[in-house]
Amino acid sequence: MTGLPPTLAMQTMQRARRARRGVTARITIPLVVLGLFIFGAIAVPMLYGFDPMRTEVLLRLKAPGTTLPDGAFAIFGTDQVGQDLFAQMMMGARVSLTVGISSLLVAGVFGVVTGLVAGHFGGWVDNVLMRIADVQLAFPSILLAILLSSVLGPSLWNVIVVISITNWVVFARVTRSQVLTLRSREYVEAARTLGASHWHIIFRTLLPGCLAPILVVATVEFGHVVLLEAALSFLGVGVPLGIPSLGSTISNGTAYLGTAWWISTLPGIALAALVLSTGVLGDALRDRFDPKLRSA
Amino acid sequence: MTTSPTSQTPVPATGRDDPLLSVQDLQVEFSTSAGVVRALDGVSFDVHAGQTVAILGESGSGKSVTAQAIMALLPQPAGSIVGGRILYGDVDLAAAPVRTVRELCATEVAMIFQDPLSSLNPVHRVGAQIAELFIRRRSMPKQAAWAKSLELLKRVGIPDAETRIRDFPHQFSGGQRQRIMIAMAIALEPKLLIGDEPTTALDVTVQQQIMELLADLQAETGMGMVLISHDLGVVAEVADRAAIMYAGRIVESGGIREVYDNPAHPYTQGLLNSIPSNTAAGERLNPIVGSPPNLLALPTGCSFHPRCPFATQLCRDRSPALRHPQGWAPDHTAACHRSEEVLTHG
Amino acid sequence: MAEIPPLLSVEHLKVTYATRSSVLLRKIGENVAVSDVNFEIRPGETVGLVGESGSGKSTIARTVIGLVPAAGGVIRFEGNDITQLSLRQMKDMRRDMQMVFQDPYASLNPRLTVRDLIAEGWRVHSGIVPRDRWTAEAKELMERVGLNPDYSDRYPHQFSGGQRQRIGIARALALRPKVIICDEAVSALDVSVQAQVLNLLEDLQADLGLSYLFISHDLSVIEHICDRVLVLNKGVVVEDGTAAQLFDNPQHPYTRKLLAAVPVVRPWLKDAP
Repeated sequence: MTGLPPTLAMQTMQRARRARRGVTARITIPLVVLGLFIFGAIAVPMLYGFDPMRTEVLLRLKAPGTTLPDGAFAIFGTDQVGQDLFAQMMMGARVSLTVGISSLLVAGVFGVVTGLVAGHFGGWVDNVLMRIADVQLAFPSILLAILLSSVLGPSLWNVIVVISITNWVVFARVTRSQVLTLRSREYVEAARTLGASHWHIIFRTLLPGCLAPILVVATVEFGHVVLLEAALSFLGVGVPLGIPSLGSTISNGTAYLGTAWWISTLPGIALAALVLSTGVLGDALRDRFDPKLRSA
Repeated sequence: MTTSPTSQTPVPATGRDDPLLSVQDLQVEFSTSAGVVRALDGVSFDVHAGQTVAILGESGSGKSVTAQAIMALLPQPAGSIVGGRILYGDVDLAAAPVRTVRELCATEVAMIFQDPLSSLNPVHRVGAQIAELFIRRRSMPKQAAWAKSLELLKRVGIPDAETRIRDFPHQFSGGQRQRIMIAMAIALEPKLLIGDEPTTALDVTVQQQIMELLADLQAETGMGMVLISHDLGVVAEVADRAAIMYAGRIVESGGIREVYDNPAHPYTQGLLNSIPSNTAAGERLNPIVGSPPNLLALPTGCSFHPRCPFATQLCRDRSPALRHPQGWAPDHTAACHRSEEVLTHG
Repeated sequence: MAEIPPLLSVEHLKVTYATRSSVLLRKIGENVAVSDVNFEIRPGETVGLVGESGSGKSTIARTVIGLVPAAGGVIRFEGNDITQLSLRQMKDMRRDMQMVFQDPYASLNPRLTVRDLIAEGWRVHSGIVPRDRWTAEAKELMERVGLNPDYSDRYPHQFSGGQRQRIGIARALALRPKVIICDEAVSALDVSVQAQVLNLLEDLQADLGLSYLFISHDLSVIEHICDRVLVLNKGVVVEDGTAAQLFDNPQHPYTRKLLAAVPVVRPWLKDAP
């Protein structure tokens, strides 16, 4: 058989396979990182017997890698009140993850339902809902969060509420645009001709088709939500005193940046790793659902 | 002179010049997540100047893939040519670098597609889109390019061309957009025009007009044409030769009258019999049983045998090569072990 | 001759599309898609609507089945005016009229199995088939339309175009309708498969006494399957009659133009002496 040198054809096939593998790597690695975070957040504070109220003045500001007098090994050092930083970070991660997932759920449910209703009914319902969303988006989210926090007062629930209020719009928009694409598809018209009620069409026919983009948005929003909570806690209007958060730990460490740099830096790195992972995962999921890469 | 493809019976000379385009034993594969799909399995045909070859087949037959392979338009990185040659003059398009192929495709080989709306740039005026070809490729000054643009629009039958030349694609109807696309395709006087289902999306009256336009243009310029279609009737008036494709191979090839009047392959015969206009009113239609094969799991031997009323054990064991049935026109070939029976039966 | 009352009758149907302003959504203009259309369908009969794009044939189909509201005229089903129905009454009417759509790839919900697709109608209208019988009856319907009932747990993407259309037909049959509207139901299929599905539709009509409203742009298909045909041009009926009358002796110039443009597979036979 004449024609192409066999190596060129092989190269093309190999390139295609590599492209497929690239996407898989970008999904598995972030998942591993997230898994480690979750595991650490659950296990480490328990193992260390972490108590947010305890202070050990003698053990304060120890550098990372110091062995403490009672034999414990402080991997990341201790903070300004003598708490082991690693345990405190993992406790903070626990809070970040909890607040993150809860806010995502609340914002997600509210946003998705709004998007479904706006997209399906159209007309003035759509108009009103989307204008409310636009107004909300016009507010800078941090300022809105600070305002709501000051009004509602400090508590874990309030933080979740605040973050949900600032983040539901993106879910609504993505869902609505997907619904607009789907509603002219014949299978949605087919459901109507069967006599399906609005409820049936929205939740049984339209919603399953929206799940893919919602999932992608959710992974990216998770990063935003975690950052927002850290920012609020850093500013002192997030989780109440006594509940450690990555943001408040960083905030507490700003006074010691010159001497005990690890108190702010290490939680900062952990936060960055968490957000980066979710971002890469979201990107990779979107690529995975991209039809062009599908056949490669 | 033309070299015959090694794995098929040589096509006897018809007394014409060398072919414009000679596709020889073309093989194309796609890498999918479900495995490697052999979209084209040894496709060969020639197109001469002034001749129209119709490539006919249903979905999955590989007819569009053939056009994409010729024009280096296979989706990357999934699809690639894994064997065979596409000879345009002396150049083998299958082995040439993409840049050479694209250069050739901009000037000498043109293609028109099924959906003109997605092939025309919606934000540029149609006159500008045609003029751009002359400005870029022939280094014409802008005035002259627009003048030629106007000439072309008139040639393809756009009414009020002087005013409409400044309109945008969405302001035209489907048939008119197809005419504009044809204008762009013939602008640089190509030697070969490939049409991938050019009239499928159009109304039947418009379809007729477009096919007439293409026939006129060919008579005027002497270019070769390859028309890809799933509709046997649409190409009947314009095409000289027909190649019927099934599961990535050409299963029958010959002069179009010859193939339609005396099909030598059971698939062609089945297709012709299943058309509603070929059945008397009130009678049941005669479809081909079964469905087109899954390219990932082709049947052994001849790919058509599960659906073939003439199938024998030989058909299940051995895949037939294109051959010339005994006693029939010399350029009529079919890939069937039992062509002689099919011809007498039909 | 005994007068069989028509099952479905359409009188002076008019359908319009409003153009609305962007912010306040006030109606600022109106496009007439269909005007003054009249036809009847009797039990067991197939009526065809043929025309080019923009002729209004799909609009009529969508209006008859209730996806689009009628701006004027009356649609009667078994004598009752269905243009003025409440949502609840409309739902009941759905059981008598169903639709098969054009695109085999977009007309089936990709996330439902075949069994769920066919049973969706029973989920919406409780009381036709008890829940424990859903799988068995769905499989029966699959057999009736020529699909292997063992595949009832598969998803649409695992089937070919022709098979998906059969699933669509099974879905339409599930509610035991009297009228099925075929909106370009075979237009997107390959020629060899088209013939299979057309045969299936004819068999079902003979077995179940169905009536069809058959919409197509393909004149040869219409000629084959329809008893009566209406030719539409820009929302208006230009000619109507039996299939034989229309195709052998077309009166209106538009009908003649349409027939002349139909591609003939072997045009050289016309020139033969």
